[in-house]
Amino acid sequence: MIMDRVVSGVIGFGRFWYEFIIGDDWTIAATVVVGLVVTAVLKSSGIVAWWLVPVLVVAIVGVSLRRESRTHH
Amino acid sequence: MNVVLFVFLTTFLASAVEAIEMVTIVVGVGATRGWRSTVIGAAAGFAVLAAIVLILGAALSVIPIGGVRLVVGTLLLIFGLQWLRKGIVRVAARGFAGIREAHLDEGAEWTRPEMDWTAFVVAFKGVLLEGLEVAFVVVSFGASANQLGVAVVGGVSAVVLIGGIGLGIHRLVVRIPRSVLQLVVGVLLTTFGSFWALEGMGIDWPLGDGAIIGLLILYGVTALSYIALERRRVLRLSPGT
Repeated sequence: MIMDRVVSGVIGFGRFWYEFIIGDDWTIAATVVVGLVVTAVLKSSGIVAWWLVPVLVVAIVGVSLRRESRTHH
Repeated sequence: MNVVLFVFLTTFLASAVEAIEMVTIVVGVGATRGWRSTVIGAAAGFAVLAAIVLILGAALSVIPIGGVRLVVGTLLLIFGLQWLRKGIVRVAARGFAGIREAHLDEGAEWTRPEMDWTAFVVAFKGVLLEGLEVAFVVVSFGASANQLGVAVVGGVSAVVLIGGIGLGIHRLVVRIPRSVLQLVVGVLLTTFGSFWALEGMGIDWPLGDGAIIGLLILYGVTALSYIALERRRVLRLSPGT
């Protein structure tokens, strides 16, 4: 009984983080992570990189909306 | 001053978005099953949320601010983008419409003296599930801005205000344009998430804190442009309406 509740709590906790991070479209989280990694690489190479994340944000919202509209269509 | 205002505004609006759902659930259960067990269930949900805020707030306050901003900024950016996307889709489809009223099939009113566990559990889960994401946003946003107190005040104010409206005039709560609030919060979280994540990596923004305004304008214009495109697409798909 207690074990079941613990397992159910752990599953609920995992589901919360899945919904929080992955949500409806996993490519959003993936794009953000890739964008930050590339930004770090560019910075370590001495290249100005602050612009990359905002550009990716604008692009991924459009791509995600387009994908959703195609799915619904 | 500006940081305090932004922190209050963002946490207030983010909490308001979820408080609308929360209040419709609690008021719906209270009206159908009776108030005593519903209020106890909702209070228990808020107690758990308060404990989460306290524990998470204490944990984040001992971590160096650079690390907090990188991790929390990344999470806020991802979460903010999801709300931004949902907000665009919903505002494009429904404009300033409110939410649908919660029609809870919870049976007849409970008149016995003992605890009504159905009402308790529905109210408890309604508060906890709707409030969990916001609790995280409030704590992480407050910790990243070094304004945890302001963030908590912003979050609690929204819940008290929406709760007060809900208890007074239930139908008014469901008319609040939740999708628009979600869109605005999405823009704010995406803005601060971008700013803090990169600042946490040691990236220097042009204009320093002034870049926040630039990001707000960029993401705001982006949201409005995508809403216009979505509306056009919806109209193309349903030319008869």
